[in-house]
Amino acid sequence: MCRLSAIISDSYFSPMENIMALETMKEGHDGSGLGLVLRDLGGEFQGLKEFPILSGISSKEGLRVMDEYMVKLGFKTKHLWNPRIKNYSGKMKARGFYFARSYEYPEWAEEASPETQSELLTKTRLELRDLGKGQDQGDDSIIIYSFWPDLITLKEVGDPLDVGLFFGLDKKPLLAKNIFAQGRQNTNYAINLYACHPFFIEGFTTMTNGENTAFVPIREFLSSRGFPGYVGYRSDSEVFCHILHYIRKELKFPLKYYKDVITPLFDREMDKRSDKAAIELIKRVLRPLTIDGPNCTIGTDIDGTVFMAQDSKKLRPGAIGGVPGKYALMSEVCGVDTVVPERDRSKDVFPMKYDMAMIEKDAKEIKIWNQKHGSMSTVN
Amino acid sequence: MESKTRLDVNGQLTLKELPYIIHWDSDKCTRCGQCTSVCPQKAIEPAILIQRLVTSEGPLPLPQAVRQVGQGIKQVTDIERYCVGCAICSQVCPNDAIFPEYNESNKFAFHKNQGGTPYKRGGRRNSTEVSTLDKLKFTRISMLTDPALDAGRHEFHIRTLLGRNLAPGDMPLIIKDNELGLDETAFIPPVREIFPIRIGGMSFGALSPHMWEGLAMGVAYLNEVENIPVVMCTGEGGMPPRLLKSRFLKYFILQIASGYFGWDEIIHALPHMQEDPAAIEIKYGQGAKPGDGGLLMAFKVLDLIAKVRGVPMRVDLASPPTHQTKYSIEEAVAKMMTSMSMAFDFRVPVYPKISGTKTATAVLNNLARNPFAAALTIDGEDGGTGAAYNVSLEKTGHPIASNLRECYLNLVKIGRQNELPLFAAGGVGKTGSLAANAAALIMLGASGVDCGKYIMQAAAGCLGDERNRCNLCNIGRCPKGITSQDPRLYRRLDPDKVAERVVDIFKVADSEMKKIFAPMGRSTQLPIGMSDGLSVSDKAIAEQLDISYAC
Repeated sequence: MCRLSAIISDSYFSPMENIMALETMKEGHDGSGLGLVLRDLGGEFQGLKEFPILSGISSKEGLRVMDEYMVKLGFKTKHLWNPRIKNYSGKMKARGFYFARSYEYPEWAEEASPETQSELLTKTRLELRDLGKGQDQGDDSIIIYSFWPDLITLKEVGDPLDVGLFFGLDKKPLLAKNIFAQGRQNTNYAINLYACHPFFIEGFTTMTNGENTAFVPIREFLSSRGFPGYVGYRSDSEVFCHILHYIRKELKFPLKYYKDVITPLFDREMDKRSDKAAIELIKRVLRPLTIDGPNCTIGTDIDGTVFMAQDSKKLRPGAIGGVPGKYALMSEVCGVDTVVPERDRSKDVFPMKYDMAMIEKDAKEIKIWNQKHGSMSTVN
Repeated sequence: MESKTRLDVNGQLTLKELPYIIHWDSDKCTRCGQCTSVCPQKAIEPAILIQRLVTSEGPLPLPQAVRQVGQGIKQVTDIERYCVGCAICSQVCPNDAIFPEYNESNKFAFHKNQGGTPYKRGGRRNSTEVSTLDKLKFTRISMLTDPALDAGRHEFHIRTLLGRNLAPGDMPLIIKDNELGLDETAFIPPVREIFPIRIGGMSFGALSPHMWEGLAMGVAYLNEVENIPVVMCTGEGGMPPRLLKSRFLKYFILQIASGYFGWDEIIHALPHMQEDPAAIEIKYGQGAKPGDGGLLMAFKVLDLIAKVRGVPMRVDLASPPTHQTKYSIEEAVAKMMTSMSMAFDFRVPVYPKISGTKTATAVLNNLARNPFAAALTIDGEDGGTGAAYNVSLEKTGHPIASNLRECYLNLVKIGRQNELPLFAAGGVGKTGSLAANAAALIMLGASGVDCGKYIMQAAAGCLGDERNRCNLCNIGRCPKGITSQDPRLYRRLDPDKVAERVVDIFKVADSEMKKIFAPMGRSTQLPIGMSDGLSVSDKAIAEQLDISYAC
């Protein structure tokens, strides 16, 4: 089972905090990979918040192809970040050119609506990914994870701590206020960077542990929505991110309904809900999106709210703890201890099967939405 | 000179030509005559036989053989009175003196067309090969990387939806204060939550009153006591008027077919109905006999049936092969669905049933565009029938597995896999594996399945099998009283016993489906289209069904 480590804070911090938390949960991952998604960036990206950042890896040839393509589309490089790999002395070998590059929009898109900009970024990301042809054909020329303002994705195969050192995050860290990290356990799939959490699409991020037994019907449902971004699915957990995107962006549901979509209540449990008629209908109409677990999923909404939700039987662990201004959402309490040792542990939250814990962008408090009772409580 | 015995036997058959040969033990037989009186075919009759008798008298064994005239049983070789192998003679024999045995080398098919009349029968396709459904295995078992579910401890929701589901974007939702509400003025198509195995259409007429009553009682008990919402389709021929006006109507799917039999009563009962029916099924085709309409032969059109159907007694009731009003799927079929929806004030799901066919996807695509189409039932070639031409049963029709899969994947392609539920029928439970066959079809994309023949076999002891055993359903001489309208026959069947068995069957199917879904980690929703759970050891089938190969 993979281990998850998410931190949200009102001040900038280093992803090494997430990685050190993963290190304490080491028994739960096998060192087969690390995925990092950083959003609400500080440091060298702090002044570049409106510019989309392309995150990925490319070969020399891939870099040339990518540059040509971006120029053709009218994107202009604004800033480039590369990890300092040359200082690394461990066993890992660089597979190519790692980059997080922010761009200015093409002139025609600068004043375009957020929807148009979003479409452009998704389309460009997918086209670049296609240009790289993916790893199936043995060609790693271009691997693209995300293309979105104020957000960077890093992924590599290896032990999380080693990957952190490999990227030089200990010496010159990227800083952010919201960082997701996953220590991967390679169980069912060949190691493939596109299969590594966290997953991202148009402002939404999730990472999930456990196996998603309902993967195929969910994948088929999402793939047939007609949205070009619903592709990939090298991991059965990628659908969690796309479900979030689908219900928030396409159907425009409030965030708390994510829980009602992936783990709908039994009909007899709905009586306390004032929106019973709506959730009954949602349950029927979005039936293919129901998961059966075992899964704990942690995600970030487009507005920066971080949440944790469990499957309907709570078959996976998950703990949240912290102080106003900084909260950790982890697979295990030892991870929370590493990040926020000074907190009041009696206020730790362990979301149960009806719960969806949410922490808004300002990291002031934990809100717990109880799906069965239709109530919201607050821990701070 | 003419011989003493004529050797000219033109037109006569020997026992070796017949599909079943009676074995009779003279020594055990007490000549009670029960077997000859019970035989539905009069295939055996009392006969005068010359027997060789060995006797010995006196203190020393001195056997002496004598020939003497005695009484016994003889199987006739008249093709019209052939032994159907039902073995009801064995059942009534107090001394185990008689039983029929299948004759592999029979020439039945060469002779059962006397008088220029094609062979007609009940039952289903006579094929003993292992069906595709029985070849499918459930192989994606949750093991150490994730916990399997516990069929005994976890709650399973073995339910499906019958009815048109809205497209997600069409949900009439209102967002207010971070909460979703429903626009009460908007139309939401009716959807029923039911058990995913339904009792398929078997008419009141095709079935005896006792059989129909037993099924109906069993279904009501399952719903009201066991909380297993099984629904049952009436088949073409309506239902007893008293039931139409009862609160039990909600457990029945009313079928309308090309003869419209029974619908006069239904229309007249409409204002008096306490409950809506579960659904309306418009039958356009039947897997057992594609291209044919229903057929209730005159033998079975007795008093009660004639009344319910509004016809004279003892006439063949042949429904036309197609609905007389059917001009095209876009117009007449759509109109029929709309009309039926209107008749029940849009509160009842209305859906068509077709026989399995290569053109099923074309039908499906049309239905997908019709907002009043609540589902589609596809009936494969292994479906049963009360009466059909043998040639239709044997040679026409489409296997259900690939037909269903093709339709489901077509729905996936157009993104409507949850909007238009598919129900699969035809051979479900053919070899007794009801739950496994149902689960396999569900994982291939069916929302549910229908079974008919299995229910007759398991609930009432129907003798029919795939070696053409019995299959006399069409002529009303069912030796078990399941498909007869003759009170002397159907009183053999105890409706209470049938009901008990119906309850047994569905309780077991419920448990067995849990046992299948639990190790695959699926409990809160039916694994519709969860094809990664299936494997088959035949590469061609794996490729056609788009599932994995395992051996």
